[in-house]
Amino acid sequence: MNDVIKNTALFIGLVLVQVIVLNNILFWGYINPLPYILFVIIYPVKKDRGLFLLLSFLLGLCIDFFSDSGGVNAAATLFIAYIRLPLLKGLLRKPEIDFPVFTIFKLPFLRLLSFIAILTFVHHFILFGLEYFKLNMILTIFSKTFLTSIFTIILLILSLLFMDKNK
Amino acid sequence: MQQIVNFIVKYKYFLFFLLLELIALIFTVQSHSYHKSKFVNSANAITGGIYKRINSFKEYTNLKVYNQQLLDENTYLRNLLAQQPADSMLRLKKMIDTTKYFQQYSYLSAKVYRNDYHKKYNYLLVNKGSKQGVKPDQGVINGKGIIGITNTISKNYATVLSILNGNSKINVRLLNSYHFGTLEWDGKDYNVLQLVDLPIQATIKMGDTIITGGKSTIFPEGIPVGTILNFKKENNAYQYINVKLFNDMSAIGPVTIITNFDKEEIEALEETITK
Repeated sequence: MNDVIKNTALFIGLVLVQVIVLNNILFWGYINPLPYILFVIIYPVKKDRGLFLLLSFLLGLCIDFFSDSGGVNAAATLFIAYIRLPLLKGLLRKPEIDFPVFTIFKLPFLRLLSFIAILTFVHHFILFGLEYFKLNMILTIFSKTFLTSIFTIILLILSLLFMDKNK
Repeated sequence: MQQIVNFIVKYKYFLFFLLLELIALIFTVQSHSYHKSKFVNSANAITGGIYKRINSFKEYTNLKVYNQQLLDENTYLRNLLAQQPADSMLRLKKMIDTTKYFQQYSYLSAKVYRNDYHKKYNYLLVNKGSKQGVKPDQGVINGKGIIGITNTISKNYATVLSILNGNSKINVRLLNSYHFGTLEWDGKDYNVLQLVDLPIQATIKMGDTIITGGKSTIFPEGIPVGTILNFKKENNAYQYINVKLFNDMSAIGPVTIITNFDKEEIEALEETITK
């Protein structure tokens, strides 16, 4: 029960912080960091993934509703939610994960960083790829993906450090 | 049968993922086309209400800029009035019964709650909706030029397809000749737009003023847009013409929504031609 309340608060909190604060921040006029994907990173890793996929989709869709962007955030967030488990298995080099005791806070820092970085890059690439959706804009897509990812990753690490200390 | 069930059970997460991803892609494709009935839009009570709250704080930071914009517009309009003969105001008063008969446009003031300019498909959210008589496809301007065209409408809010949107196409012309072109945006600089389809017969030079053409039913003729920043003439055609806007699209506060009373008549007439 405690988990349900915690995750609901996280969901609503992330949408509001993204919409109210972060969508108003534009570094150099066009870099808008998107750390709402923190949800995908810290949502408990469980064997049953149905609810997690649905929530990730809804989270992206909420952001889309606020920013009139169709379904690009929903598509990108759902995709990284789907690849999270295979990615974790690959990073830990284990075929199975000990689900009840596993949290991402136990990961060594470098693995955690690569986990976050891969998810962020994939998310942003899908997001900007779908938004521009033109092959001749590929350079813009790459540069936007790269620059935005850097700011998103910094914000994600900071918030993870903050959450880790509060535990 | 058993195999199908086994297949579904084995790949249930993958199938669920595919289903949701398909929905998201449908929304995305819908948003990339020029539709007026998008399901995902910010002109609903929840998102509009939250943006209203945010704006009530944000407004203060830009008050000086907005005041200056309104002052400039007032001065411009006063100068227009001053050019009229002195008794024209009196004449207007006498004609008050028939003004509505000749009136083609009416203007409605609105506030911008949200303004995007860093994406490829940018939208604005304004605080007027169907309750105030706003309909899709109405022009939105401010004192310095055009802003966009209303898109999705809810009871109290409307989204505006910004001129900084890959789907935006606006009929414009040169101030000093009747050569028409289309104003589009390539998604790069938010204060520089592109003028396309300008016939080669039009002679242009840097700094020429661009105004709305009045060929569409959305914008009246003669609203200022911007000046020509640079262009390239090659193979007997204009390769590109960049237009610098008068507006700063990153700081937009009070706007005006234009209603064209003749719109339905013109559209009905145009429909009879195409049939």
